[in-house]
Amino acid sequence: MNENIFKINDKEYILPGNRACQGCGLSLAYRYILKALRENTIVAIPPSCLCVLHGLYPTTSVIVPALNTTFASNAASASGIVAGLDALGKGDITVLALSGDGGTYDIGIQSLSGAAERNTNFIFACYDNEAYMNTGTQRSGATPMGAITTTTPVLTKQEPKKDFLKIMEAHHIPYLATVSPAYPADLYEKFVKAKRIRGTRYIHIDTPCPPGWDYPTKDTVKIARLAVETGLFILFEIENDRFRFTGRSKIMAERGKLLPLVNYVERQGRFKKMSIEQLNSLQTSVNSRWNECLKRAEG
Amino acid sequence: MNDTRIITGNEAAALAVKLARPGVIAAYPITPQTSLAEKLSEYVERGDLKAEYVRVESEHSSLTVCISASAVGARVFTATSSNGLLYMHEQLHWAAGSRLPVVMCCVNRGVGAPWSIFNDQQDSFSQRDTGWIQIYCRDNQEILDTIIQAYRIAEEVYIPVMVCYDGFILSHTMMPVEVPDARMVKKFLPPYKPHTILSPDDPRTINPVFFPTRRENSEGILCDGYMEMRYKLQAAFEKSGEVIRSASREWAEITGRDHGGLIWEYMTEDAELILTGMGSIATEATLAADVLRAEGIRAGVVGIRAYRPFPKAEVAQAFKKATAIAVFEKCISYGYEGGVCSDLKAAFYGTDIKSPIHDYIAGLGGRDVKTGEIVDAARATLESTRAGDAGNKTVWLNCYTGLKDEG
Amino acid sequence: MENTDTNVSGVCTPAVGEAGRTGEWRDLRPVIDNTKCIPEVKGKPACFLCWLYCPEGVVSMTIPVKIDMDYCKGCGICAEECPPNAIKMVREEDADE
Repeated sequence: MNENIFKINDKEYILPGNRACQGCGLSLAYRYILKALRENTIVAIPPSCLCVLHGLYPTTSVIVPALNTTFASNAASASGIVAGLDALGKGDITVLALSGDGGTYDIGIQSLSGAAERNTNFIFACYDNEAYMNTGTQRSGATPMGAITTTTPVLTKQEPKKDFLKIMEAHHIPYLATVSPAYPADLYEKFVKAKRIRGTRYIHIDTPCPPGWDYPTKDTVKIARLAVETGLFILFEIENDRFRFTGRSKIMAERGKLLPLVNYVERQGRFKKMSIEQLNSLQTSVNSRWNECLKRAEG
Repeated sequence: MNDTRIITGNEAAALAVKLARPGVIAAYPITPQTSLAEKLSEYVERGDLKAEYVRVESEHSSLTVCISASAVGARVFTATSSNGLLYMHEQLHWAAGSRLPVVMCCVNRGVGAPWSIFNDQQDSFSQRDTGWIQIYCRDNQEILDTIIQAYRIAEEVYIPVMVCYDGFILSHTMMPVEVPDARMVKKFLPPYKPHTILSPDDPRTINPVFFPTRRENSEGILCDGYMEMRYKLQAAFEKSGEVIRSASREWAEITGRDHGGLIWEYMTEDAELILTGMGSIATEATLAADVLRAEGIRAGVVGIRAYRPFPKAEVAQAFKKATAIAVFEKCISYGYEGGVCSDLKAAFYGTDIKSPIHDYIAGLGGRDVKTGEIVDAARATLESTRAGDAGNKTVWLNCYTGLKDEG
Repeated sequence: MENTDTNVSGVCTPAVGEAGRTGEWRDLRPVIDNTKCIPEVKGKPACFLCWLYCPEGVVSMTIPVKIDMDYCKGCGICAEECPPNAIKMVREEDADE
């Protein structure tokens, strides 16, 4: 990995002194997304942590053009940007819709599904911090089972995390991938690749959040790494329906074992009420999904 | 060369859009707008209209696509009705607050619950506070001419424009419509000049969170707070009346067709009894006025063409000589009264106009409003005024209300 | 109508410090021991995981490594990820200016 980091575009597109939290997983991921996509990009933003990172009037912290829209509509907003640019003969500009899990799994799902079904020529990336973080950590469809949120404060979230990657797979889009801020070179390469593909590209970003997940700010990269090493978050890409492990997950698939989930869970205060049953249920589903991926990679 | 065709209101709208040449169209089908959306997709797929047609999955998305396409610099169009308009409600506010010149047709239809597919004006009426210019059309010719004028108006004042016309009554009824020459329309509509363009050439973030207070930017310049942004929209509305009038005047000069400015008047110069309304019901009222004139009643009609901006000064002038006023409207602000009626009363406040105003709530959910009914209602209004009844009242026209006085 | 208003819809212009001098958020500040820092010791580009993992992008890929203390939020990721433990997080009050 060390050699790869020197190939990364060294320009910074996010200015210091921005409004993101200390140790924000989104900040780290967004740095590399913009390095990969570069200047000739327009970003569509829903109300979210990203909206706040971009800044409050009259100043923005990001040196890339961006358009705010309402919560449900980010994929539609991006669709309009794409259509407008095509109408004006500027279709070479990359359009990125970047939404949180709320704006992807829940309120944003309809417009995303519509845009993907139309094979809209844009990249839709979901930064998944597993709750509505911008408004103070309310549960979303992406919140894992057993997590404390402000709307699941006593009993923890009862339902498993929605399997959104399966939903996006069902749209049979040209490119689907997962990335993690613990592996910036892998993230960067995937966005560079996605930039060159036409049609709907979906990229899912594991996004640890210190205040929401309740861990010390210094551990963001460590927790993201543990998510991959436990198999909870798998680094892969699906290009034209063909599945392939990448990066650390590829190495683990070839010659490794999954670290037990407890290593991931015990570091985060949001899981302090997780029951043994919930942990076992999660471990079982992680194991079976890992085995399913191993089979797919062989086939 | 005169190109007159016998076409429906939806076809007239589609032709107008084709002439206005938007770069992006997004529409979701809903009765009775559907044939307009279908006609436009036919034009695009045949190559008659070069536009990106986004077949969105909901009305909320159709207006969203128009907003963002307009933000990158494209001229846009969408259309809807009834619950479709209601579904995109938050985007109506968003388009107006973004100050984008979106042009949208609202093919007026009653809203649920319960369901109605037939005409009334509650859909667009209930959106009057969102910051859109609203113009109501009398007939299919006016639909075509107004859509073209709408782009001129919207792109000058940077306020989105809703062109409203009655579902089925106009949208599906065939009338003669003269189609203007494409080159003439191109001259009437100069290219869209956005106030802000989203572009990598000058990276900015658009429509962020605003503070309540004005704040300094990095150069120490004091910048707008939320309230200043909203004030600017109202200030633009105050200029928009003149822009609407001059667009109509210029169109009249080149086509010979004058649909009026913010209002139009029919036989009002000596009218003692004035009927008023928006859209096709006002056209019906002109037929009623003819009948009343034949009876010896000096009846006239003031048609409200622009409902927003409300023609406050114009109505204070036009209704000056009336001794009785009958409003016929297909909408109501529940808990109060019909919208046109209360807006008129507010406009009259502080002037010398003291005549009784009778508010006839009519035609909800597509109930037919016959000329004879308008005649009888207006006559009754005048007679009760002459008999000394100076009060205002609201009457549900031809509606069973379970009250004792009904026939 | 001639439009001279550059803020017809809300438009933000890019600038550093949108949230102010975020260095003031810190309780702890990173201090680099250059005798342990790998690129410093090797005298050529190497490692730079501190640059890689800084969410703020305030660590420079230079020898010696420099961190912009006006805007470093003190998250501690650089110290946590540094392979030779060359970076320590020190209390602001105790750090030399």
